[in-house]
Amino acid sequence: MRILLWGALPYVAFALLVSGLVWRHRYDRFGWTTRSSEIYESRLLRLASPVFHYGILFVLAGHLLGLFVPASWTDAIGVRERAYNLLSLIGGTLAGALAIAGIALLVYRRRTNAPVLLATTRNDKAMYVLLVGSIALGMYAKLSHASFGHGYDYRGTIAVWARSLFRLDPRTDLMAGAPVAFQVHAVVGMVLIAAVPYTRLVHMFSAPLPYFFRPYLVYRSRGPLQERPQPRGWERIGA
Amino acid sequence: MRVMAQVAMVMNLDKCIGCHTCSVTCKQTWTNRTGMEYVWFNNVETRPGQGYPRRWQDQERWRGGWRLNRRGALTLRAGSRLARMASIFANPVLPGIKDYYEPWTYDYRNLVNAPLGDDYPVAAPRSLITGRPMAIEWSANWDDDLGGSVEHKAADPLLGGAGARAREIAEKVRFTFEETFMFYLPRICEHCLNPSCVASCPSGAIYKREEDGIVLVDQDRCRGWRQCVTACPYKKVYFNHRTGKAEKCTFCYPRVEVGLPTVCSETCVGRLRYLGVMLYDAERVAAAASVPDDQGLYEAQLGVFLDPQDPAVRAAAERDGIPRDWIEAALRSPVHALISRYRVALPLHPEFRTLPMVWYVPPLSPVVEALTETGFDGEDAGNLFGAIDALRIPVEYLAGLFTAGDPGPVRASLDKLAAMRSHMRAVNLGDAGGGETSQAARAVGMSGREVEEMYRLLALAKYEERYVIPTAAIGEAHGLEESVVQGCSLDAEGGPGMGGDVHAAGPFGEDSGRRRLPLVSLESFHVLRRRQTADDEGAVSAASPTSGPYRSDTAGDDRAER
Repeated sequence: MRILLWGALPYVAFALLVSGLVWRHRYDRFGWTTRSSEIYESRLLRLASPVFHYGILFVLAGHLLGLFVPASWTDAIGVRERAYNLLSLIGGTLAGALAIAGIALLVYRRRTNAPVLLATTRNDKAMYVLLVGSIALGMYAKLSHASFGHGYDYRGTIAVWARSLFRLDPRTDLMAGAPVAFQVHAVVGMVLIAAVPYTRLVHMFSAPLPYFFRPYLVYRSRGPLQERPQPRGWERIGA
Repeated sequence: MRVMAQVAMVMNLDKCIGCHTCSVTCKQTWTNRTGMEYVWFNNVETRPGQGYPRRWQDQERWRGGWRLNRRGALTLRAGSRLARMASIFANPVLPGIKDYYEPWTYDYRNLVNAPLGDDYPVAAPRSLITGRPMAIEWSANWDDDLGGSVEHKAADPLLGGAGARAREIAEKVRFTFEETFMFYLPRICEHCLNPSCVASCPSGAIYKREEDGIVLVDQDRCRGWRQCVTACPYKKVYFNHRTGKAEKCTFCYPRVEVGLPTVCSETCVGRLRYLGVMLYDAERVAAAASVPDDQGLYEAQLGVFLDPQDPAVRAAAERDGIPRDWIEAALRSPVHALISRYRVALPLHPEFRTLPMVWYVPPLSPVVEALTETGFDGEDAGNLFGAIDALRIPVEYLAGLFTAGDPGPVRASLDKLAAMRSHMRAVNLGDAGGGETSQAARAVGMSGREVEEMYRLLALAKYEERYVIPTAAIGEAHGLEESVVQGCSLDAEGGPGMGGDVHAAGPFGEDSGRRRLPLVSLESFHVLRRRQTADDEGAVSAASPTSGPYRSDTAGDDRAER
């Protein structure tokens, strides 16, 4: 079980993420969108969507900082453990609260607005459960093991495990010793990561960064014209 | 000088009778799909009126097009790149479905299925967005033919302004019904030289084709950010709310590529649309769009166009890879003649700074009848020129549409149209010989021959003179023409996915994936409803009933049920 959850699942999730992205880019570029519902309802969306997205971006930044920046680095630039803990607690809680407030409003909007609800597929609903679940569990894990003096030091356990994954030498023992709340959050988080390419969450990979570096106007050649394959049912009958 | 070619359009508003044939045939061809119910690539607006979507011209509200920043450089009115990307999670100025209209259908099944009773069954309207019964309150042409204009006239952005000029125009536009005059404005995508939709697209999915200047959305690269809907000042990019992608008028490029006119042109009963090649200098576009004075934009855009009669231009065009048949088409281009040679066509709202490429000949119609009724000779040149200032649709109103408020070019164009009538009358009555420069022609600075050529183009409007469209590749034209009949090149892999095999309700919502959905051309409310709520294709086709005379035309289903 230990090996399965902390040694195999991360790699399975990562493999599903990458292969899913490749598969979707190859076969479903047309479906690669969030299917915005702003045209149906914009009042709530204009408030909730930015709140959620900025919240979740800060949450993401927090995770990257917490998991992939070793304590020795922050020590080296003079950030003490206590200061880091406060930053993590207050900053993380604020970002998490923003994300939760945003997504709560978004889910409320999706439930109560008839056109928006109609445009929600089963896939979307499953995605919402997973997303809300992992955010809520993360908040719970953080707050249930927090104090202003000394919170749970995940940088000595979870973060080391996370980095060990990239060395292909997972320290599964470290995760096994982590509090259950963090364990559950990590598992749900990994499932979420694996699900990204197969849900509308895939839009996170189309962040339009190249837009800042291209000229305003885009010209494209239509390319050489070619005879297209005859559609089925339109074969010529020797006339 | 870098010569580029564009297939452009001119519409002669004098001849538009507002029959909406162009809109209907366009809709039947391109937008009769789920998610596109409210979309009109081509629509016809009554002027004065609000247009579609409502008050689209009001850029204070909709923030379309370009403006000059403090340094005098072009920037999108919707905001800088950074500002727009910072607000990308919810477009702050996107028109909602109510600004267009809530599309609906009727529950026709009730007509035959209703139980016997004292009351006649009715086909109640059902919303195509929610599926619920709805009250129909607005649609694409609700104020057609000035319907409700007494109530809505203040909503015309050209009349509702607060300035003294706007009030003055509003006063001149008399809405008393017996004195009312109106005209129609058919609108399609302008396929601008400086398109703000292209500039606003974060994904780089909208592009202008190098060969013919047609502006298209790459459906596979569009990620549904909706920035283009805001940025287009003409509101001619629409959001497909089922697929989550932007779609717009394609200038019927599969037809144009093989030398056929667009569907709206082909089916126009008034024969008022002209298609032809314009050669322009791509290097002058940015400068022309940044002219400080709004009223200078018309002249500036004329300055971008090149005269194919000029041998230097033709040489440069060949150097820049314009095919020989395109240069020859440019020489015969009716669009070039109306825009640059006769200068009777004018751009729609040049002040949006997108350098639009669908131009309009302003309407003159009522002036002759109005004059004749007052006892004057309606076609006498002197009377005509005098009467133009007293048109019931004031020149100022037309100027608000076509020249950013400068009455000069509108007046000049109307004068030429009036002179053409006068001159042709003189010729027909034998007062002047053909080709002779009559008094009327001289008054507008044209020779008799020129006036007669313009008359031939505008009044006779022969098919092959109205549409001078070079094919994409002349050698392949024949084969391509057949492929248009057999299918649509939009269906091609990597095409904008407007039909064919991309219509499946895949695992990521409607139209994702590559499976084939049975082609449904006409469908009942119940089929639509089922498809909206079903998560997969099986649920739709399995339950597919015989719903009225029109049903899904999959042969397999047919056999199974009969």
